[in-house]
Amino acid sequence: MMETFAFYFFAVLITALFLVTVLSQNILYAMTSLAAGMVLISGLFFILGADFLGVVQLIVYVGAVMALYAFAMMFFDATGRIKERHSHPALVFLLGGLTAVMLVVIFAAPQIGHNIQALFPTADGMDNPHAVGLVLFTKYLVPFEVAAVMLLVAMIAGIILAGKKMERSLSKIDDSKLETSDEKDER
Amino acid sequence: MIGLSDYLILSAILFSIGVIGVIRRRNLLMLFFATEIMLNAANVAFAALSSFMNDLSGQMFAFFIIAVAASEVAVGLGLLILLYKKYGSLDLDDYTMLKG
Repeated sequence: MMETFAFYFFAVLITALFLVTVLSQNILYAMTSLAAGMVLISGLFFILGADFLGVVQLIVYVGAVMALYAFAMMFFDATGRIKERHSHPALVFLLGGLTAVMLVVIFAAPQIGHNIQALFPTADGMDNPHAVGLVLFTKYLVPFEVAAVMLLVAMIAGIILAGKKMERSLSKIDDSKLETSDEKDER
Repeated sequence: MIGLSDYLILSAILFSIGVIGVIRRRNLLMLFFATEIMLNAANVAFAALSSFMNDLSGQMFAFFIIAVAASEVAVGLGLLILLYKKYGSLDLDDYTMLKG
């Protein structure tokens, strides 16, 4: 009963927040609702018994990815509403709805088929982080190392890309107008 | 009682919200947000299957998806900042230079 209530509570809230993200005209509203939806998705993971995944979702997604977006906001003009041209809004929702129907059919197919084999069955008497660590550092050791190298490459790429032309101002305001009066007195 | 199908249907709904965002949006940053929504929907499906099938592979896949998403955001935001410095906007309609 409690699990049912929690699932529907999280599901309705996540759907509403992500709809706000997709439909909102203000970029800050979109980012805030996206971050809140990520937090609630980690709640779904906790219901499912995937404790470690929920904690990783909280730390990495909400803590790192959304913080990165928030810092990127400082580079863009995030004030005011975004002006977009929407040519065929009805067609967009039709395509989205068709995608939803197709996806439900795809996701329902293995349940109809009943031919899923568990590759790495969870052992009894072991909590979730323990079991995850055992599987991750034995069966998935090579992908783990490759992911580590990929994250390093991405970090270097991000630093190099964002660091280019740092001396150029992004805003429309001229740099000379931003100087304080005492700076001008020194010249 | 909550079964596997409830989680999968929720995941499908979230994924279609992301698809609607990708189709509808003209702003590059909003396209990034919609992509994050789709990745999260896939993660929900993986975690649900992993929990109901008593198999840890789904959770492993979700971890790697999160790692890929983090690196994608790092590189993508760097490229977005470069684009913004070059053209002064993030609107996709401003990047149509191949009209001939």
